[in-house]
Amino acid sequence: MRRVVITGAGTVNPLSQSVADTIAGLIAGRTAIRTLDLPDADRLTVGIGAPVTDFDPARHFPPRDLALLDRATQFALQSARQAVASSGLTAMPPGAGVIVGTAGGGHETAEAAYRAVFAEGRERVHPFTVPRLMMNAPASRIGIEFGCKGPTFAVSSACASANHAIGLAFQMIRSGAAPAMLAGGADAMLTFGGLKAWEGLRVLSPDGCRPFDRMRNGLVMGEGAAIYLLEEREAALARGAPVLAEVAGFSMGADAEDMVLPSAAGAERAMRGALADAGLAPGEVGYVKAHGTGTRANDRAEAEAIRATFPGGVAVSSTKGAHGHLMGAAGAVELLACLAALRGEGIAPTVGLADPDPDCALDLVQRAPRTAEVSACLANAFAFGGLNAVLALRRA
Amino acid sequence: MTADIAAQVTAILAREALLDATEVRADLPASDLGLDSLGLVEAIFAIEERFGITVPFNANRPEATAFGTATVGEIIAEVEALVRARG
Repeated sequence: MRRVVITGAGTVNPLSQSVADTIAGLIAGRTAIRTLDLPDADRLTVGIGAPVTDFDPARHFPPRDLALLDRATQFALQSARQAVASSGLTAMPPGAGVIVGTAGGGHETAEAAYRAVFAEGRERVHPFTVPRLMMNAPASRIGIEFGCKGPTFAVSSACASANHAIGLAFQMIRSGAAPAMLAGGADAMLTFGGLKAWEGLRVLSPDGCRPFDRMRNGLVMGEGAAIYLLEEREAALARGAPVLAEVAGFSMGADAEDMVLPSAAGAERAMRGALADAGLAPGEVGYVKAHGTGTRANDRAEAEAIRATFPGGVAVSSTKGAHGHLMGAAGAVELLACLAALRGEGIAPTVGLADPDPDCALDLVQRAPRTAEVSACLANAFAFGGLNAVLALRRA
Repeated sequence: MTADIAAQVTAILAREALLDATEVRADLPASDLGLDSLGLVEAIFAIEERFGITVPFNANRPEATAFGTATVGEIIAEVEALVRARG
């Protein structure tokens, strides 16, 4: 069976617009959560989030191109450019494809169009509203830029979208369906309407993201993207590619129980499935990058699932306190913490965690990064709708 | 006015819980309404829309308002207080 490696990475997220600086921020325990400066912010009950700041689209895209790019696609495309550049690849191999996960697609575009015709009484929306807002815009636009004529589509599984995208890309290369894939996630739902929608569900924290903490009171929304270049291992080694990690296994499944409440059993099945797919024993795994949203329900169920999967214990952290919940991009940006751990840069601490909840008893990395030899790790992503997707990575 | 609020809150809770309004007594604990987490959020939404108030309910801290743990009577009292505060 073909083996699959990650040879390039790129990101635009609330912490930074580079991989190296994002990893430095994760390890240092920085947080990008702040008071939001949005029009009509006084009409929101929750006024915090993790926005991407200092992102100047005009610096990255010419005006004619920009008219076709929703903010989420801008993040995705800029991330893909970084990923390809860092891989040293000058052209994508024939048959390469693109899979990008997104929960909201061109959410900002849709919101602006509806505001124009409903609230402002205008008679028309921007002519490119459809190609901007469609879910597959990020994948298609990346494929156009890099000439990827292989399997290219969007995956939408809410907060597990990026893990599904990367996992499917891994399976395609492993099965021989494609020689290389660009894969990851992108979302930009940090808008007035996006926040209103989440506010309605009453799971947002008004004052901060505190994964696994006794005082946790909800998630904090973020935005951004991360894209990776995945290649067949022999081809990557033959061209002397910089190998960041090996994607060793993937498992996905569904709780088939509840639209919003998570199931510990479903999370456990996905983690065990990823271990089995990778041929890893629990004892070989040195780190679990948790989904860790800071909601009461997720963190309790996830902790139970991790304890059941790793009876011998394992180091765990969540990075959502650093960059917020990036929705469909969450698993992609958070995978950087796994790359850092596997490359000996340390295990990122759980920003926001001060007083671990006894309900979430785990070996939580908190306050400071942990130095540890990590030769394999898991990356969890669990979504509303009861969808679970777990990646297993090995040190290259 | 107060009797009216009580009747309307009771009717909304009964509708969301698929109960007859006569079953939604003031001493009934909210947890016995049989509402799941989404049903509770929908009931609060309906009450907010009806009275033009904002109920500070967070699903991660349900005990912080009457909707989390108290009785139907205490929920009604909380809504009445929010309506008074609204002015």
